[in-house]
Amino acid sequence: MAAAILHGVGATTPLSSVKYNNSRRSLPGSGITERKRASFVIQCYGSLSSGLNIGINRAVKLSTNAVATKQDSVTASTPSKPGHELLLFEALREGLEEEMERDPWVCVMGEDVGHYGGSYKVTKGLADKYGDLRVLDTPIAENSFTGMGIGAAMTGLRPIVEGMNMGFLLLAFNQISNNCGMLHYTSGGQFKIPIVIRGPGGVGRQLGAEHSQRLESYFQSIPGIQMVACSTPYNAKGLMKAAIRSDNPVILFEHVLLYNLKERIPDEEYVLSLEESEMVRTGDHVTILTYSRMRYHVMQAAKTLVNKGYDPEVIDIRSLKPFDLHTIGNSVKKTHRVVIVEECMRTGGIGASLTASINEHFHDYLDAPIVCLSSQDVPTPYAGTLEDWTVVQPAQIVAAVEQLCR
Amino acid sequence: MALYLSKSGKLLPHFKQKICSLGMISLSSIASCFSQNPPLSPEHGKTPYAAPSLFASRRFGSVKAENLASINNTADSQALNFPGGMVKFTPELKFISDLPEERINCYRVLDESGHLLTSDFVEIDKDIAVKMYKEMVMLQTVDTIFYEAQRQGRISFYVTAAGEEAINIASAAALSMDDFVFPQVKSIRPVQYREAGVLLWRGFGLQDLANQCFGNVGDNCKGRQMPAHYGSKKHNYFTVASTVATQIPHAVGAAYSLKMEGRDACTITYFGDGGTSTGDFHAAMNFAAVLEAPVILFCRNNGWAISTPVSDQFRSDGIVVRGQAYGIRSIRVDGNDALAVFSAVHMARKMAISESRPVLIEALTYRAGHHSTSDDSSKYRPIEEIEWWRAVQDPVARFRKWLEIQGWWSCESDTELRDRARQEVLDAIQVAEKMEKPDLGEIFRDVYDFPPSNLSDQEKSLRQTVQRHQRDYTHFQL
Repeated sequence: MAAAILHGVGATTPLSSVKYNNSRRSLPGSGITERKRASFVIQCYGSLSSGLNIGINRAVKLSTNAVATKQDSVTASTPSKPGHELLLFEALREGLEEEMERDPWVCVMGEDVGHYGGSYKVTKGLADKYGDLRVLDTPIAENSFTGMGIGAAMTGLRPIVEGMNMGFLLLAFNQISNNCGMLHYTSGGQFKIPIVIRGPGGVGRQLGAEHSQRLESYFQSIPGIQMVACSTPYNAKGLMKAAIRSDNPVILFEHVLLYNLKERIPDEEYVLSLEESEMVRTGDHVTILTYSRMRYHVMQAAKTLVNKGYDPEVIDIRSLKPFDLHTIGNSVKKTHRVVIVEECMRTGGIGASLTASINEHFHDYLDAPIVCLSSQDVPTPYAGTLEDWTVVQPAQIVAAVEQLCR
Repeated sequence: MALYLSKSGKLLPHFKQKICSLGMISLSSIASCFSQNPPLSPEHGKTPYAAPSLFASRRFGSVKAENLASINNTADSQALNFPGGMVKFTPELKFISDLPEERINCYRVLDESGHLLTSDFVEIDKDIAVKMYKEMVMLQTVDTIFYEAQRQGRISFYVTAAGEEAINIASAAALSMDDFVFPQVKSIRPVQYREAGVLLWRGFGLQDLANQCFGNVGDNCKGRQMPAHYGSKKHNYFTVASTVATQIPHAVGAAYSLKMEGRDACTITYFGDGGTSTGDFHAAMNFAAVLEAPVILFCRNNGWAISTPVSDQFRSDGIVVRGQAYGIRSIRVDGNDALAVFSAVHMARKMAISESRPVLIEALTYRAGHHSTSDDSSKYRPIEEIEWWRAVQDPVARFRKWLEIQGWWSCESDTELRDRARQEVLDAIQVAEKMEKPDLGEIFRDVYDFPPSNLSDQEKSLRQTVQRHQRDYTHFQL
C-alpha cells in the first residue's frame, strides 16, 4: 500500500467527467439541501476563482485528479525548464543548501548533522562544503542546543536546529515555549528569533511508542511560533526556504516515512508561503482536510471514492499554526461537509483545534457535524498489525465520507 | 539512535564501512602496545576489541594513524590509546576521593579593611575606580528604594542584588560594550535576575529601569515582562527570562555566533549556585568546551537558592571544581572584592577571545537580602548570619575603604553621592508611576513579526468587549 502511494505521486490520472456526473449520488432529498445544491453549483465557480489563488486554470476545468499534483502560488503553472527529479530529503537539502549559499548567517545544528550528514541525510555533504562550525554536531542535549540556537538567533544568526526525531524535542520544550516563543514579545520586539526547528515525526514502521510521536499537538498552543508540515518534495523545499527566511520561529514537521518520495520539481527558485494550504484535489461533495503523511492515505481513499461516484475536495492544510482559514473556509462554503484526517491523537490534536476553529467560523455553512479521523489516545504499539490499527487507513476515510454524504 | 541504524538499510552500510576501514589502521599498532596480555601478532586477524577513536580519526584522518604507529615503538609502555586519548594503567584498586583535601583557594585582592593583599591584580585607573564605586552606590540605592516601593504596593515584584554589588559592577567594568551579556536577573548582562548593576554600568538610565519595573509606555519591553527582567539590545544586554539557567545555552549560542564572525568580543552569562543544578548548565558547559566558544560562565555562589542552602544543592566543592570536569579553565574569587572580580573577569575575557575558549568563574559571596520581594529569608536562616555578612563583608564598604586609602574618595563625597542618588531614584520612580500604561494593542504586537489573522481577530474582539463594557475597564487605554 505504501509503495502504491509513493509511486502514485507525480503522476496525473485525470478521470473522465462523464463518468463523474452520471454516478454522482444524490444527496439526502430534503428540499432545502437541494435548493442549496442548485444555487451552490453557480456559487461553485465563483468561489473557486475568487477564493483560490492557486492554478485558476485547473479550478475552472474542475480537475478530477485523484492524486497529488503540483500547486504553485508563486510561479506560472507551466515551468519554462523541464525541472529535475529528486527525493523529499534531497529537496529539503536543496532548499537548505540554497539558503546557506544565499545567506552566510544561515547555519545548522543538531546531532550527527555535520560529519555524518544527518540521520536522514538531509544535511549530507553540507559540512564538507560549509565547514563543521556552520554545520555543527552537538552533544546529546536537546534543550541546550535548542537554547544555543535561540541565543545564536538573538545575535543575528539564522540557525536551523534539527531534532533527530521530533519526539526528542520534548526535551527542548522549555526552551521552545519559554524562550523561543516569548523572547521577541517580552523584549518589546528588540530581539528576534529567526530560528527553524525541524525534524521527522509521525508514526513510522514499528519504531515504538517514543519514536512515533506527533509533536504538533503539544506545540500548537505555544504563542509566538509558527508550525508547518511538508508532504511532497515540492512543498518541502518551498517551505524549508520560507521557514529560513522568516523572522519568526518556525517549526517544520517532516514525516519519517515520506523522505523517499520522488517528484519532479522546478529548476527555478521558488519559495512557498508559510500560511497557505495546498489544494490537492478540487471537488464538490466533501472537504477533506489533512496534512503530512495522511495526505497520501486520503488520496488513496479519494481514488476509491471517485470510483464510487463521490467528488471529494482534498486540501493539504500545510500550515498548522495559523490555519489557512481562508482556503478552508471557501471549501467549506462550497461543500458543506468536512472530514479531517490526521495522525494526531484524538485528544488535543491538530484535528481537535481545526474542528473547533471551523465550527466557530463556518458553523452556518455546515450541513453535518465535522468528522475528525485521528489516531486513538494510545501510545503507538510496536507490533505491525497493532500499529496499523492506530493509524487512519484509506478504508476508514472512504467509510467516513460515505457516511457523511449519505 | 540505534533504532534508526537498524531500520534504515541505507544508513547501515555507510556506518559499517567506517568501522572496517579504521579497524584496519589501528589493530596492528595497538596490538604491540598492549603488553599485559599474550601478544597478538598483526597477522592473527582477530579483533579483540572494537575500533578505537572512530570519531577522532574521522576528523584528523591519517594523522592519528601515524601517531598510533609511533606509539608502536615504546614496547614497555603501560598505556593504551582509548577513544579520547592515551591512558596510563595502574595496578592499584584506588578510588578518587569525593572531595579534594583542601577546598580550592579563593582569589582575593583586598581585605575587609580595604588594604591590598597582593600585587597580582589588574590595575584600574582613578576614573574607572571612582565610576565603579558610584555605580555600586547607585545600585544599592536603586535596590533599597525599589524594594521599599514594592513593599508599598507601587510595583508588584522586585529582586535585589544586596551583597553582590561588586560582582555586578566590577565584572561589567572589566568587559567591553561589545560583549554580549546573558543575565539571570540580578545582574545587568545576560543575566538571570541579580545583575541590574551590569546594565547600569552600560548606561541604561534610571528612568529606563523604573519604567520597566512599572511596565509603562516608556518601558522598552512594552509592559510585557516582570519587574527587574530588563533587556536592551542597544546595550547588548539580553532580555531576562524567568526560567532558571536557560540563558546559559543562549550565551554559548551567542558565543558561537561571535566565533563564526571572528569578532573581538565574548559573551558572559551569570547564574547562581542553584542554577548549576539544572540540565541546561551541564549541557551548556559541555557544549562550550566542545565548541571552544568564547564565553565567560560567571557563577554567583551566594550560598542560597531561595531557602535551599548549598549543602542541599550539591555536594561538590562549590562550582569551580566542575570546570575541570568539563575541560574548562576555572577560578574561584572573592565575590565581595571588586578588584578581585575585576581582575578575574579581565583575564578571563582575554583568554576567552584570544584562545577561543570558555572560562568558568565562581564568585563566592552572600545573598544579603531576600531572594525576592516574595520571600522572607529570616524564616530559614539566622538573622545574625545575614547581619554579619552585611556589615563585615559589604563589598561597597570594602571598595570605598580602598578608594579612601588611595586618596580618591572621601566621606563628604560619599554623603553627597548617596543623597543625590536617592533623590534621582525617587524622582525616576515618581515619573514612572505617573506615566501611562501601554495601550491594548501591545498585547498582540511582537508575538510575530506581523500579526496573523487569528491575532487580529482576537484584538478586534477584545477592543469590542472593552468598548461595550467600558465601566468594567475604566483603567484601560484603547
